[in-house]
Amino acid sequence: MQQVNSEQQINRFDHVKKQILSFGIPRIIIIIFLLSLWIIATFLDIPFPRLLSDTIVRWGMNGVLVLSMVPSILAGTGLYFGLPIGIICGLVGGLLAIEMNLVGFPAFLGAIAFSVPLALLVGGAYGWMLNKIKGSEMTVATYAGFSIVSLMCIFWAMAPFRSPEMAWPIGRGVRVTISLEGRYARVLNEFLSFDIFGVMIPTGLILFFIFMCLAVYLFFRSKTGLAIKAGGENPRFAQATGIDVDKTRIIGTMLSTVLGAVGILVYAQSFGFIQLYMAPLFMGFLAAAAVLIGGASISRATILNVLIGTFLFQGLLVAALPVANRVATLGSLAEISRIIVSNGIILYALAQKSGE
Amino acid sequence: MNKKHNNEQKPALTAGIEEIKEIKHLTPGEKIKKFLVNNMVTILFVILCGIGLRLSGLSMAFYLNDIVNRIARNSFLILALIIPVMAGMGLNFAIVLGAMAGQAAIIFVTHWGFGGPFGILLCALLAAPGALFLGWMTGRLLNRARGKEMITSLILGFFANGVYQLIFLLMIGTIIPMQNEVLVLSSGIGLRTTIDLSDGLRYGLDDIIRTPFPLFVLMFSAVALVVLVVLLVRMRSRQLAVDAPKRKKLIMWSVFTLVLLGWSLMTHFSLSQINLVRVPTFTMLVIAVLCLFNIFIVKTKLGQDFRSVGQDQHIAQVSGINVDRTRIQAIMISTLLAAWGHIIFLQNLGAFSTYGSHEQVGMFASAAILIGGASVSKATVGHAILGAVLFHTLFIVSPLAGRNLMGDAQLGEYFRTFVAYGVIGVSLGLHAWRKLIQSRK
Repeated sequence: MQQVNSEQQINRFDHVKKQILSFGIPRIIIIIFLLSLWIIATFLDIPFPRLLSDTIVRWGMNGVLVLSMVPSILAGTGLYFGLPIGIICGLVGGLLAIEMNLVGFPAFLGAIAFSVPLALLVGGAYGWMLNKIKGSEMTVATYAGFSIVSLMCIFWAMAPFRSPEMAWPIGRGVRVTISLEGRYARVLNEFLSFDIFGVMIPTGLILFFIFMCLAVYLFFRSKTGLAIKAGGENPRFAQATGIDVDKTRIIGTMLSTVLGAVGILVYAQSFGFIQLYMAPLFMGFLAAAAVLIGGASISRATILNVLIGTFLFQGLLVAALPVANRVATLGSLAEISRIIVSNGIILYALAQKSGE
Repeated sequence: MNKKHNNEQKPALTAGIEEIKEIKHLTPGEKIKKFLVNNMVTILFVILCGIGLRLSGLSMAFYLNDIVNRIARNSFLILALIIPVMAGMGLNFAIVLGAMAGQAAIIFVTHWGFGGPFGILLCALLAAPGALFLGWMTGRLLNRARGKEMITSLILGFFANGVYQLIFLLMIGTIIPMQNEVLVLSSGIGLRTTIDLSDGLRYGLDDIIRTPFPLFVLMFSAVALVVLVVLLVRMRSRQLAVDAPKRKKLIMWSVFTLVLLGWSLMTHFSLSQINLVRVPTFTMLVIAVLCLFNIFIVKTKLGQDFRSVGQDQHIAQVSGINVDRTRIQAIMISTLLAAWGHIIFLQNLGAFSTYGSHEQVGMFASAAILIGGASVSKATVGHAILGAVLFHTLFIVSPLAGRNLMGDAQLGEYFRTFVAYGVIGVSLGLHAWRKLIQSRK
């Protein structure tokens, strides 16, 4: 075990050096892009504090979803393109909380409480499946996510929910978007929130995000967490030292699924709406893009990658929209740059010659 | 079929012999079981389509008309997937890029006001350099992402869609001058979201020759019969014992073709509504040419290279094949075919969504060929055509079946999307699973 430790330490030194070296051209481009957007914004009289507070809100809002990439990457199953599966578990919990007629914090916590067991169950099954298809996890995960989303469309369209906020006035099924106003919209955002130099700080949201990051960080310090990491880094070696790699991969996937479920609830409460049907389809790619922008690769990720990546990516998206709208009536520029940046960074990560 | 089998096993001769031995030892019962297991997906879909057809309550003539049109529309695109599979690169979801090249050509040709067969030819010529260039880039990228080709090609499709929007939504009217009130948005920048081809390219290829369905089947089965007889005669002159099972197969096909011939003759002289179904024969001919191309490329040096690279990149490299270049060539051919396939697709549709119609081309084509019985490592012309028939049958019947069964056409639509995604996921998963088990043995 001691040998493993010293080896890990050497790895860590290498790691730091490599990270500085491979800070990466795409990341530099994105930072320059973001800075120039901010500079243009100030010249266009777009209030910078507002940009910043929007960025902070969306940082906390998307953060947990992005965090769900980390266990999967560390467990060796690659980018968690199966995120829609976790998201759907969260959505089911979110709807149950409304159906039970809960309001405020109890509703939000209730939603989490309903969705976590479901996510554990689904994540376990999903992790078991991923073990059967080692080597093609990302491709299969993408299509598994897509097909679950479309299968759930049938479920949403027939779901037996009664609450008038969710159900269509006539016929069966639930609405496409469900307002959380008066339920648990912005319960985290408005908790202890304050203004500083015109920048709104959503304290509760950020605390929750940091708390989740810390929990994941600590988990990966624990014995199980270290086993997961070892299994992801070098499965054969880990197997030889007595770690059941299949099991650690399942645990990693379960954790990712749970984080996906909690992540969408955080997202929904901040957004004020629950979006159903095809909405979760591409969320996996956006979350993957964010963690990659933060410096992760398809086999390596840290909490810091999540924090930085989400901030940069969301900052870019927040700034692109008003700037594009002012420069010309090019409203679609923001959407287009989102598509190009997010998929471009995933492509870049896939094309890296990682030690396969 | 058998011949192809032999070719495939050349690099791994011993394995091939073992397999042949194994086949010989099978009893008929085991053979049937093996057939069922190997063709599970296809059989499931035949059943599903049968039930759907029943539930939808469509008339035969209506269904035939729809399906014939859809096969003419989509087959070329599905066939474009075969060569990358041969080269061991899996399903090329990046045919989306080829489709974009084709669509861009259509947009410009429509802008210049050309139509008809000449317009289609112009589109095909115009799309070729763009498609080849995009294919070259794709191939290079996929060479860097070895072992992750499919997910990379999928994401590349999304990425390219962003670039496509950048060009046609923002650069038209600003960087690329284009003055056209019909095509360009009223602000002068960007193309409208739908483009109508009805005054120009619509049916440019389809309308060159159209024949009633029975007549088409008559011609088709006559040609097929001639080919089959020639093959049989040639086989007889060789007198080889190995040919026996193949001969049986050929004779079976000949009988089937004769039945088809008889049916089409009878229908042709009857008053059946099927006579009103008009087949875009020229398009079908083009598709047939592509089928032949896919079959005969195996016999060329290039085709053999694709095969070898697909079998084992390392052995191919050692035996003097430039693996990287061969893989790039496979993707370039696929992308070019996809560009032409998309032109055929759009001229048949007659109108298209500028920013959406190419998006799902790769996914639908992949789903179709998988439903037809292909896998990530093996795809044939037969898989592509059968897949086109089954997939589009499902497309036609599922909304109607959904409405009749559950009182909601939307449910049928969701089911259809689920099936398309699900079949890809399940097929890819099964393939990865089999590979894992094999590598453990």
